[in-house]
Amino acid sequence: MKKIYLLCLLPFVGILGSLPFVNKVTPFILGMPFFLFWIVMWVILTSFIMGIVYKLDPAVKGGDKQ
Amino acid sequence: MNTALIIIFGFLLLAIYLGIRATRGKKMDLEQWSVGGRGFGTIFVFFLMAGEIYTTFTFLGGSAWAYGKGGPAFYILAYISLAYVLGYWIGPQIWRYAKQHKLMSQPDFFVSKYKSPFLGIVVSCAGVLAIVPYIILQFKGLGIIVSEASYGSISSTAAIWIGAISLTVYLMISGIHGSAWTAIVKDIMIFIVVLFLGIYMPFHYYGGLQPMFEAVHQANPTFLTLPKTGLSISWFISTVMLTVLGFYMWPHTFNATYSAENENVFRKNSIISPIYTLMLLFVFFVGFTALMQVPGLQGAEADLSLLRLSIQTFDPWIVGFIGAAGLLTALVPGSMLLMAASTSLSKNVYGVLVPSATGKQISILAKCFVPVIALVSVYFTIHGGNTIVTLLLMGYSIVTQLFPAFIFSLMKNNIVTKYGACAGIVAGIASVMYITITETTLGTLFPALPQIIKDTNVGVISLFINLVVLMVVSLATKKIASQPHFESGAVDGKQIL
Repeated sequence: MKKIYLLCLLPFVGILGSLPFVNKVTPFILGMPFFLFWIVMWVILTSFIMGIVYKLDPAVKGGDKQ
Repeated sequence: MNTALIIIFGFLLLAIYLGIRATRGKKMDLEQWSVGGRGFGTIFVFFLMAGEIYTTFTFLGGSAWAYGKGGPAFYILAYISLAYVLGYWIGPQIWRYAKQHKLMSQPDFFVSKYKSPFLGIVVSCAGVLAIVPYIILQFKGLGIIVSEASYGSISSTAAIWIGAISLTVYLMISGIHGSAWTAIVKDIMIFIVVLFLGIYMPFHYYGGLQPMFEAVHQANPTFLTLPKTGLSISWFISTVMLTVLGFYMWPHTFNATYSAENENVFRKNSIISPIYTLMLLFVFFVGFTALMQVPGLQGAEADLSLLRLSIQTFDPWIVGFIGAAGLLTALVPGSMLLMAASTSLSKNVYGVLVPSATGKQISILAKCFVPVIALVSVYFTIHGGNTIVTLLLMGYSIVTQLFPAFIFSLMKNNIVTKYGACAGIVAGIASVMYITITETTLGTLFPALPQIIKDTNVGVISLFINLVVLMVVSLATKKIASQPHFESGAVDGKQIL
């Protein structure tokens, strides 16, 4: 197991683990209730995190071979 | 015929044309038809997979959830993003193995890994059992879209027939190539329509996003968050986890992974796809706007919220474009679903029961199953009533039961035997059916438990039963399985063909 893959756990913790603290309407951010904003933020962060994993993953180099 | 309908049918013809054109110059054997000759790059696979996310369920159902349930609707955003994180790992693994062993269908994977054609039959049946309600849902969505956009002049039954026939013809001719091309047109359309509606509606009716949400919040202060009981936090977490596990177990999603040209396709996919799910955000905005503007839609009627609001707001030609986008969201996933079901029925059920069948016969039979499954689905769409939602939920729970046997098969030293895998899947599915039909929840099973556990998705229990049976039977049959058995030579996916 490569250590870099541990980063993949972050979105799970960010979205599911934080629910008890973020399940509220205020403050509104970017026009959205806080709960919705939090999930949207993590969806974007998930893309970002997977981008980092992709960059650092040694398996990627071998993967373009057919 | 009004403007809206002309535009909708124009797009239907375009989709059929693209589907037919996509096969030009290709010899359509089963490998080309069902897995595109394994030559699809990131873009095609991305659209194929996205094709399965943005079905009529997200288009109509996403707004319906926002309209009818509020905060809990956000689980859709969470589970799709997280499913792609899991896909970063399992996508390449499925693909590599499928390529090595020339697999065509999802059951092939289990047949080859566990060296058991019989397990293939079990997995096929599970797949078809899960897929048919999903197809029904697409047909139902088609019916709603066309009949609403015709302002009532076409009945939804007629609309369902039109949709089912075009879908069948189109799929029999083009296979997965057509789906991939249509998926691109569909996603561009959906993108424009959803973004436009999601921004226009709140601004048109409320002057902005925040005023819209504030109005909703004022009318019902708990609507935008997860409630304390029912669809609560523990419901959210357990449901997201179960759907993440089930996501890649859908036969058509599993099959779509075979069509990639290399394994990095999935890794790149997991970077772009979460952002892409944000399109759903705009679908939610429409649902929340509809809440106060077209009030009073109860239960299943909530599915109409997006179209009703659009009809109230726009001229028929804009409604036409919205309807066309909706139509395509039914066509692409519908064709993928039909294809996965027919391929696995012909190859993994007929091919095993009639070992003398040639590859060509199986390939022809696969196409013949398409209209049969379509007809069965149309029948249930028209006569099924409201039980369909129940069936769909059951479908998701059923495919999730394939996950334990699947994940163990990826390990180097798989301790699960074919008997264990089979018993686990069957026990899991049996408990899913029992739970769904008797409407059992953790609350009714154990009324004394704290609320936090009562709200947990009952699918957790089926998965647990599945795991226990799988382990017990595997341990008990370890001796038998480790002996060399005569059939093992003839069970490789290729040799069955």
